[in-house]
Parts: sequence; C-alpha cells; structure tokens
Amino acid sequence: MNALLSKFSATDADSEIRTAMDLAEEDGLTDAMWGSQAGFGQLVQGHAFNIPAVPNPTAFLRLHTDDHADPNCKIKIQHGTTTLAFRFQGGVIVAVDSRATAGSYIASGTVKKVIEINPYLLGTMAGGAADCQYWETYLGIQCRLHELRNRERISVAAASKYLSNLVYSYKGMGLSMGTMICGWDKTGPTIFYVDSDGSRLKGDLFSVGSGSTFAYGVLDQGYRWDLTDEEAQELGRRSIYAAGHRDAFSGNTCNLYHVKEDGWRFIGNYDITKMHYDGPGAVPGSLGSGYGYDVRTDNRFSVLPKPVSA
Amino acid sequence: MECSFALTGKDYVIIAADTTAARSIVKMKVDEDKIKTLSPHLLMAYSGESGDTIQFAEFIERNIRLYHIRNLYPLRPQSAASWIRRSLAESLRSRSPYTVNLLIGGFDTADESPHLYWVDYLGTMASVPFAAHGYGSYFALGLLDRYHNPDGSLEEGLDVLRRAINETAQRLVVAPGNYIVKVVDKDGTREIKL
Repeated sequence: MNALLSKFSATDADSEIRTAMDLAEEDGLTDAMWGSQAGFGQLVQGHAFNIPAVPNPTAFLRLHTDDHADPNCKIKIQHGTTTLAFRFQGGVIVAVDSRATAGSYIASGTVKKVIEINPYLLGTMAGGAADCQYWETYLGIQCRLHELRNRERISVAAASKYLSNLVYSYKGMGLSMGTMICGWDKTGPTIFYVDSDGSRLKGDLFSVGSGSTFAYGVLDQGYRWDLTDEEAQELGRRSIYAAGHRDAFSGNTCNLYHVKEDGWRFIGNYDITKMHYDGPGAVPGSLGSGYGYDVRTDNRFSVLPKPVSA
Repeated sequence: MECSFALTGKDYVIIAADTTAARSIVKMKVDEDKIKTLSPHLLMAYSGESGDTIQFAEFIERNIRLYHIRNLYPLRPQSAASWIRRSLAESLRSRSPYTVNLLIGGFDTADESPHLYWVDYLGTMASVPFAAHGYGSYFALGLLDRYHNPDGSLEEGLDVLRRAINETAQRLVVAPGNYIVKVVDKDGTREIKL
C-alpha cells in the first residue's frame, strides 16, 4: 500500500526511479519498470533486457541485418506478418496475426497489429512495427485536429491520403509499412491500402504481409458482398489461420475486429494452434471443429496407422 | 506487368492501359484506372514506380486544370505535352526523380488534329502515330508497324488495338487481364468497352 501511494504521489524523475526500485525490491520485475524511467528501470536488477535465447546474441542479430540491401537500416524486425481487411454488407472485417520475427527468431507472439486510430478508424501493421505504430498514432492526432477544426469526422479517404502523402515525403529513406486504413464514414464502410512506396488504393478486399498469399487463397474463395456478420468474422479468422499455418513468419494468435456504423468493435483473440485442432471455440459462425487438414478430413490421408480406439 | 498502348487515327487518339495494381507477385487491385483526363481534349496514361505515378499524375492534373481556370481555355496538346515533359526532365536531376512513363494523347480543337506523345521517365518525348510502354511494347510495336493506319476510322483503330492486346495476352507470360480504353476526339474524351 505504501509503495502504491508513493508511486502515484511521485511526480519527478528521481522519485519515479526510487519508486521503481522499491517495487523491484518488493516483487522483482514489474510493469513499472518496462521502458519507463528513461531506461533506468532495467538497471535496477542489472540484467533485465530481453535477449534472444541463443549462445551468441550479437552474432545472431548480425545474421539478420539488412545492411547489404540498405546500409541505412541496420536491422529490420517484424517483416513477416499477415493482415487482412475486407468490406461487405455488414461493415468491415479486420483480422491480423500476432507474430513478430527477426529473421528466423520469433521475437514476440503477442503483438497488437491493429492500431486503433480513433473509435471509427483502424490501421493495420505490416512492415516496420515502429514505423506503423508511430505514424498511425500521429495520423490519429491529425484526425482529431481535423475534427476540432472542421466540426466533422475525417473521411477514410482523407485520412488515408494524409498518411499516403506523409510516407511519400519520406520515400527512399527507409520507411517500411504496408497498412490498411479501415473505417466507416459518410460514404459507408471503406478500406484504403497505403504503403511506404506511396501507393494508395481503394478496394473491397486486401491482404498484406508475407502470409498474404495464403490468406488471399481462403479469403478470395469465401468472399461475397452479402456475407452475414457471423460468416464474415469466420472468414477473417479462417484466412488468418491459413496464413498462420502455412507461413513460418506468421502465427501465434489472430486478432479480429469488426467496423460498423457506430465504430469498430474488438471481436476476439484466437489461438491459431487451438484453431488448428479444436476450432475457434464457441463463437458465432464457427463450425465447431478444427481447421487443420488432418482434423477436417479425419486423418483419412494419414500415412500413420489410425489409433486404436479403446 | 504494366502495359499501355496508344494509337492515332484520322481524327482521334485511342489510349489503353491495363488496370492492375501489383505489389511483388500479388495483384492488389484489378480495376485501377491509370488514364487521367487532364482537360476536355487531353488524356494521359501513366505507369512506373508505384507512388510516383499517382503523385506525378495528380500534380500534372491539378496544374493543367489551374491553367484552364486562369486562362479560360485549356493548354493545347502540344504545349501540355511539352510542359509535362519538362516537369519530368526537371525532376530527373532532383534528389528524388519521378520514375513515371507516359502516353499523352490529345485532340487539338484549333486545327482539328490528333496528337500522341510517347514520354519516358528520363524525359524523352517523341511525337508518334502509335506507342506502347511496358513489356507489351515488345509484342505490339511490330504488329502496329504492320497494321496501323493513320487515316483509319475509329472502329479500325479499335480493331488494331484489339490485335495488340490479344497478341500480348497470347505471348506475354505476365500479361495483364483487363484494360481501360479511352478515346479523345472532337467530342472530347470518353471510355470505351472493347
């Protein structure tokens, strides 16, 4: 309780570090240490950096630098990704995976690749995680200013063009992002694909990232304009599963969002391995069984002898 | 891969451009219009580096429009093409050049004549009876040398265009599936279904 009190009463940097130290003494690593205290948080225990679990982390990271391609960017993480968004009768579905990779190393399995720009706008994240996160948050600020200045919500077209012009002004300087700006405005549900080359495309259906080809395979075949909400959500989930299963650089979990007239709603987080064996669980639109090929076909093609039932 | 074709006839210019927007091996969009109507009697097909294409085309579009508003008459095709070429040529020696190839087709209402210009990203401009950009040009140019008729009717011109597109579809591994075709003549510009 004492620590809690002093944590909230502290205002200056010194006392914040002291607070962090107190907290660290109490129960080791805490949230308060992460990233804040100007980096001193990590010094409290002396060894709190996350390091790849390999014999020589420096040499390992060296393997995954991009410097032969572009000397200016020493390292590129978060290259492999699958993100998708599509427009249908009931709004916009946005689905993404949650894996971050650095070369063959899975740096994280719990990345939020949907960026909530404001209650009516979503952005997806593929390419440089920092680039997407920073510039889409910045876009959120500009969208709010637009609202204050014009007493009207910004259209998806205008918001995406703002981002497109912005990244175009940095063309050739190493920005890397492939994003879908999704939302609902006066014209209805809208998706724009924007990337760091400066492309900006309006469309009904997009998928971005290394797993996009696998996602497209499921998405294109299952897509219709008059999908019901439940069918559409299931299609989004199933497509991300397909990419998570086939693409080594995508996976872990799927985050699903649905944008309607009154703004976006987070539908859920689904474990891809769980979807493989058991399906997405008791959710609307689900068939209630696993997506995996062997699961779906009941091992009919398996070379292994069938397990003898007891 | 991106392909665009254009040809002139007796009193018209036809421009065709494929409608795919690709990134790496994926078609991101299959109905993108890559021919801008710059003024009542002027068309421009653009292709090249993604991002640059749209930015350059919109810059040109707005400036040609501005000229029209300020002077109450539009720039003639010859002058418009010269100005567009110069914009590209100036950009070429800048820190970030526009990598954009163009086909500019217009109908000069002053002397009732069609004009077609082939412009590449280096700022090369040529006034030509027919033109093509992209891999399609390797198949189409020979064919156009053989079949193009500078005095042909619109229907004849469209037939020659169909030949060019069909030949490209038949021989080019990475041939685009769809094209937008636009015509400019004394009545202005319009889209045509092939």
